[in-house]
Amino acid sequence: MVEISVGPVEGASPAGPGSARPDTAYKRPPKATARNVSVFYGEKQALFGVNLDIPDRNVMAFIGPSGCGKSTFLRCFNRMNDTITGARVKGEIKIQGKNIYDPDVDPVQVRARVGMVFQKPNPFPKSIFENVAYGPRIHGLAKTKADLEEIVVKSLKRAGLFEEVKDRLDSEGTSLSGGQQQRLCIARAIAVSPEVILMDEPCSALDPIATAKVEELIDELRENYCIVIVTHNMQQAARVSQRTAFFHLGYLVEEDTTDQIFTNPTERRTQDYITGRFG
Amino acid sequence: MSVVADDPIMTDIAAPDVPSRFDNPALMRGRRRAEIRFQLYGLAAIAIGLAFLVILFTSIIRNGWTAFFQSSIELPITFDAQEIDPDGNRSPKALAEANYQKIAYAALYKVLGIDPANRSQRTAANALLSREADSQLREMVTAHPSLIGQTKTVWVLASGNADAFMKGKIDRALPQENRQISDQQTAWIDKLTGDGIMKKLFNAGLFTNTASSQPETAGLAVALLGSFYIMLIVVVLSVPLGVAAAIYLEEFAPKNRFTDLIEVNINNLAAVPSIVFGLLGLAVFINFAGLPRSASLVGGLVLTLRTLPTVIIATRAAIGAVPPSIREAALGVGASRVQTVFHHVLPLSLPGIITGTILGLIQALGETAPLLMIGMVAFVVDIPKSPLDPATALPVQIYMWATEAERGFVEKTAGATIVLLVILAVMNIIAMVLRNRYERKW
Repeated sequence: MVEISVGPVEGASPAGPGSARPDTAYKRPPKATARNVSVFYGEKQALFGVNLDIPDRNVMAFIGPSGCGKSTFLRCFNRMNDTITGARVKGEIKIQGKNIYDPDVDPVQVRARVGMVFQKPNPFPKSIFENVAYGPRIHGLAKTKADLEEIVVKSLKRAGLFEEVKDRLDSEGTSLSGGQQQRLCIARAIAVSPEVILMDEPCSALDPIATAKVEELIDELRENYCIVIVTHNMQQAARVSQRTAFFHLGYLVEEDTTDQIFTNPTERRTQDYITGRFG
Repeated sequence: MSVVADDPIMTDIAAPDVPSRFDNPALMRGRRRAEIRFQLYGLAAIAIGLAFLVILFTSIIRNGWTAFFQSSIELPITFDAQEIDPDGNRSPKALAEANYQKIAYAALYKVLGIDPANRSQRTAANALLSREADSQLREMVTAHPSLIGQTKTVWVLASGNADAFMKGKIDRALPQENRQISDQQTAWIDKLTGDGIMKKLFNAGLFTNTASSQPETAGLAVALLGSFYIMLIVVVLSVPLGVAAAIYLEEFAPKNRFTDLIEVNINNLAAVPSIVFGLLGLAVFINFAGLPRSASLVGGLVLTLRTLPTVIIATRAAIGAVPPSIREAALGVGASRVQTVFHHVLPLSLPGIITGTILGLIQALGETAPLLMIGMVAFVVDIPKSPLDPATALPVQIYMWATEAERGFVEKTAGATIVLLVILAVMNIIAMVLRNRYERKW
C-alpha cells in the first residue's frame, strides 16, 4: 500500500520528497512560460488570463477542484486544445523562449517536443516494441534498426518497465496490466526525448501499487525532464511535486513551492481546498 | 430496510422479522409473469421468422435442385458424310449449314426401332430430343471435321417435356390427353432408362450456356459474367470513393451547417428507391454520356452510386468506433492528423469497413430494378467479352426466366435463385471471416 501522508509535505519516494530540498527551481531560467493565457470553448471561457513560469528539471503539480481549468491549461502546452472543435487559446506560451502559438509553428512539432501522458493508459493496440518505436520512427530519430532498438530499450529502462517486458516485446501493449500500460505510455512519451512531459492525472485509473511505481518513476524522471502533472489527489501532489499551482473556476489562484502551498498558503481559497472544505 | 438488513454488520440493529417495504408478493408475481411473457413473445417472433425462412428455402430448393441435372440420351450418332457434306470438300459453310437435327433423329429412330417411314411415330419420337441437339452436334463437327463418316456415341440433350417427365414433374396417372407426354412416349422413355442410355446428368450447361428459348439449353453464363463485371466496377469505384469520403467527413471536415447538410443527404441517399438510381443512370450515363445500353459498365456505375452511401455510412461508423484515446495517443507523440488516421485509426476500423463494403456489395448483387432501367434485361446470346458488351445480371436473369411460359423454366428460375443465394452466402461468410480475423480489442 502507498503511504497516505497525513502531514502536508511527507513524500512517498525513497529519494525523499523533492520539496524538502531548498527551492532551487528558478536558479535556471524557466523551461516554459505562460503569459495571459485564456481558453474559450465556443462562447464559454474556461481559463482566465493565467500567468505562470514552469521550471526545468522539476515537477510542477496543478491542483484544484473538477472543472477548474487545470487540464485545459495543461493541454495548452502541447496545443492539444487545437484538436477540439470550437476551442480557442489566447495569450502566449513560450517553451525555450519560443511562442508555440506563433503562426509559423507547426502544432505537430510542438507535440513532438512536449510529450503527454493521459488519464487512462492508452497504448496502441500494437506490440510493446511498436508502441515505443512509433514516435522515433515517424520523426526519423533512428537511422538504423539497431538505433531504433537502442532507443526503445533505453526508453523502457527509463520508464522502469524493461525488466518486466524484456522477454515479450512482441506481445500486445494492451495485454499489460494497467500500471504497466501507463508506464509503457510514459516510455512512449520519452522515446522522442521531449523537452517537457505533461501528465494528465496519470494515476487516476491505477491501483495504489501501480500508482506508487508511477510516482517513483516521475521522481526519477525529474532529474532530466521538466514535468507538469495534473492531479486530483493532493497527497500525490505533495509526494511528487516541488512546486504546486492551485486553480479555481478558471483562475490561477496561487503558485508556490509545494511546501508552502500545503503548509502556509497565502490565499484563503487554497487553504479551504487543501483542508478539504470544498473540492 | 431490506438493504440494511442484508448487511451482516447491520443485521443486529435492524429487526430481522420486520417485513421489508418491498415485500409485495402480488407485485413480484406480476413482474415475473411479465418477464416470462416477454421472453415467450421473443421466442415466438424468432420461431415465426425461422418458419418462413425454412418454408422459403425448402420451396426454392425443392423446385430448384433439379435444375442442376438435365436428362440426356446416349445415342450412337452416325456422322453421315452424305448428309453433312454431300460435296465432300469439308467447306466450313457446308459444315455449318448441315442439318444435324436430322442425324440425331435418325440415331434415335434406330435405337427405338421405329420405321422412319411412319410419320406419326417419327413426330412422337422427335419430341423426345431437344431442338438444340442440332447445335450440340454442329459444334462437335466444326471442332473435329474428322468425325464425318464415323459413328460415335454422344449424350444428346432430351427435350424439356421428356426432362420434366424424367424428373417426375409430369404425372403418369393423368389421362393421356391431359399431359404433354403420350403413352407411346412414356413407354419409349421407360425403355431408354431401362437400357441405361437415358439419364439425368449434371447440368454444366446451367453455368456455361447463354440465353436460349429452350429451357434445357438456357444457362447463366451471361448473367454470371455480367454480375461479375458489375461487382468489379462497384468494388473498384465505391471502396476508394466511399472510404475517402468517410475519412474526410469523420476526421477532417469542420463541423458546420454545410457538412451537416452533406451528412443528412448521404443518409437520405441510402434510403432512395433503387429504381431512381436506374433512371439517373439512364439519363446521365446512357443519354448524356452516350455509354452503350445493356452494358455491365453502366450497371456497375449505377450500382456504385447505389452502394456509395452504404459504404460511407459503414466506414464512418467503423471510424467513429475507434476510441478517441488512440487518436490522442498518436497526436500526443507528434503524429500529424494524416499519420494518425493512416497508422492507427484506419487499421483499427478495417474490419468494420470490410464488413460494410461486403454488405454493400451483397446489396448491389441483388439489385434488379435499376438494371431494368438501363436495359440489362435482354436476350443475350453472346458471352460478354468486356464490361462494354451487352449482358444481364443474376437477379435480372431470374426475373426473365420467371416470366417465361415454358414449364422447364420454373426449375431454372429456382435453380438460378439457388446460385444467387449461394454466392450471397459465400460473400457473407467471407465478411464474417475477415471481420473475425482483423478484429482488435482495446
